[in-house]
Amino acid sequence: MEIEATKRLDAGAQPCVDQPDDVHLLRLYVAGQTPRSIAAFANLKRLCEEHLAGRYQIEVVDLIQNPQLARGDQILAVPTLVRRLPEPVRKIIGDLSNSERVLVGLDIRSPGDSR
Amino acid sequence: MESLPKTPTGIEGFDEITGGGLPTGRPTLLCGGAGCGKTLFSISFLVNGATQYDEPGVFMSFEESSDELAQNVASLGYDLPQLIKDKKLLLDHVRVERSEIEETGDYDLEGLFIRLGFAIDSIGARRVVLDTIESLFAGLSNQTILRAELRRLFRWLKDRGVTAVITGERGDGTLTRQGLEEYVSDAVILLDHRVNEQISTRRLRIVKYRGSAHGTNEYPFLIDEGGIAILPLTSLGLSHAAASERISSGIERLDTMLEGKGYYRGSTILVSGTAGAGKSSIAAHFADAACRRGERALVFLFEESPGQVVRNMRSIGIDLQEWVDRGLLRFYAARPSLYGLEMHLSQMHRMIERFRPSIVVADPVSSLLTVATEADVQATMTRLVDHLKAQGTTALMTSLTRGKIEDERTDIAISSIVDTWLLLVTLESSGERNRGLYVLKSRGMAHSNQIREFLLTSHGVELLDAYIGAGTVLAGSARLTREAEDRAAAVSNDQELERKERTLERLRAAFEAELAALRGKFEAEQAELASAIGQHRARQKRLRDDRVDMAKSRRADNEPAERR
Repeated sequence: MEIEATKRLDAGAQPCVDQPDDVHLLRLYVAGQTPRSIAAFANLKRLCEEHLAGRYQIEVVDLIQNPQLARGDQILAVPTLVRRLPEPVRKIIGDLSNSERVLVGLDIRSPGDSR
Repeated sequence: MESLPKTPTGIEGFDEITGGGLPTGRPTLLCGGAGCGKTLFSISFLVNGATQYDEPGVFMSFEESSDELAQNVASLGYDLPQLIKDKKLLLDHVRVERSEIEETGDYDLEGLFIRLGFAIDSIGARRVVLDTIESLFAGLSNQTILRAELRRLFRWLKDRGVTAVITGERGDGTLTRQGLEEYVSDAVILLDHRVNEQISTRRLRIVKYRGSAHGTNEYPFLIDEGGIAILPLTSLGLSHAAASERISSGIERLDTMLEGKGYYRGSTILVSGTAGAGKSSIAAHFADAACRRGERALVFLFEESPGQVVRNMRSIGIDLQEWVDRGLLRFYAARPSLYGLEMHLSQMHRMIERFRPSIVVADPVSSLLTVATEADVQATMTRLVDHLKAQGTTALMTSLTRGKIEDERTDIAISSIVDTWLLLVTLESSGERNRGLYVLKSRGMAHSNQIREFLLTSHGVELLDAYIGAGTVLAGSARLTREAEDRAAAVSNDQELERKERTLERLRAAFEAELAALRGKFEAEQAELASAIGQHRARQKRLRDDRVDMAKSRRADNEPAERR
């Protein structure tokens, strides 16, 4: 099992209070443990490790368990990745298989670059 | 086989034309151009469901936010916040902003399903509206996924057993821009808003209703402060019951012309005539009479304002204001050009439904011709008349005939649908115009066939006896002249008679006198002759006596006494 669904913080994240401007708050909405969800989580994890090591937080929301949360972030498609910080809020939908598009979507240019 | 269960929409007229409403547990596609009332129709469906049929509903909006929506329908008297608080209604605004969304790889719309499913479950919704789901096509670029997911969504809605309305924008040559009709195949309703000669008309058509009979006509509908209402083209046929009760026309002598009893209740009366012939006054009398009986009257005005009518009618001694104040009389005034014909009809229909009058006056229906063709007006009036007859409401319509010569034809060819037709004519002679009235037809009664002159006096309409001379009806001063002449003739007649009587008297007197004279003369002569005869006899006696005496004295032998 790739996703630890109830886990709020990923192991690689740093406490956000220290670097509030720099940290990436990411929330991944999925609907159940489908292969697509699992792939999306794996892709996200890999990209974050490569580009945002130590400066990210991933929260996974399973809508099957928490359907009421879909409304707040205007979720339609799953999987949806929401970049809550830094602002503005960005949304990336799909299984995140196209790394290039994900990086553009998250506004991350090159490995290690911190904007 | 069981008939298709239907869910009432509670929208005036719609449930009638569909035989009960929308197909229960199935999605219905509601399509139409911008601003044609799709959102309003669908919100009415939900609000009515929540308030009248105890069926909570979910409104998923892809365009307007919940606040905007609540504001927009507040003017119709829909209190969305209260319904939401009571858990009768749930609004969910789905915002899809393409600029905020990046698509990478495979996805599905399970999020939407979960969201909708959660909304349905949280209030136990039986009704769902998706308005307008086509917005998704603007927000998401992968059409293949989108189409597959929509197909799945409609299937899913069916499985959930909710009665759903899905709205869609009208496309070029297609019912919806994105071809939603492909997915929703149970019922398709088309709303249309068209402008013809600067007058807009809303229409509704049921394109498809699988498993159910439905009217295929275009039904006009209107949106006003009471919500949405569809005018049912109730094909009532001619099954209405005919009442034999009679009601007064408000003019005594007119009642006399109609067998002394007036119109039939529930009949339709047409009063036609040229401008200024007194049509409105006859109509006002009728309304006044109804109110006097304590019945409700509804008056549709297409040319004058209620204030104007009240003032004008006061001048002929009819106080309509009193009835307005007592709630028995209601006016509805609208310029014909304000709406299209169907809108007028819908408005009239709605007013009738709400006020439930026992008589209806429309003054004048001919002015509707300014907004529609003759055929349309005829069809519309037929529908109105049918509706009124079905309810037993008596209707009086006035119609302006054009031109100087009144032929027996109205501009609106509605004469065939009316029961009683009063024709007002102007009688022109001796340099003046006078008003005349006659009953052209009146079904089911032996009506008078005379032309009556009528006057507008300070105490109402007065019908006078017809004055027929030299093959024409005399009216106005000609009538007065004629009356004077007749009076003069009568006077001289009397004198002539008197004279003759006097002559006779004189003759008789002369005769009597002569007779008396003759008698005098006769009596005189008679007396004379009688005395002469007496003397003659006396003399004869004396002569005989003398002879006897002589004989005695001569001592003759023979007794002369035995002779003779």
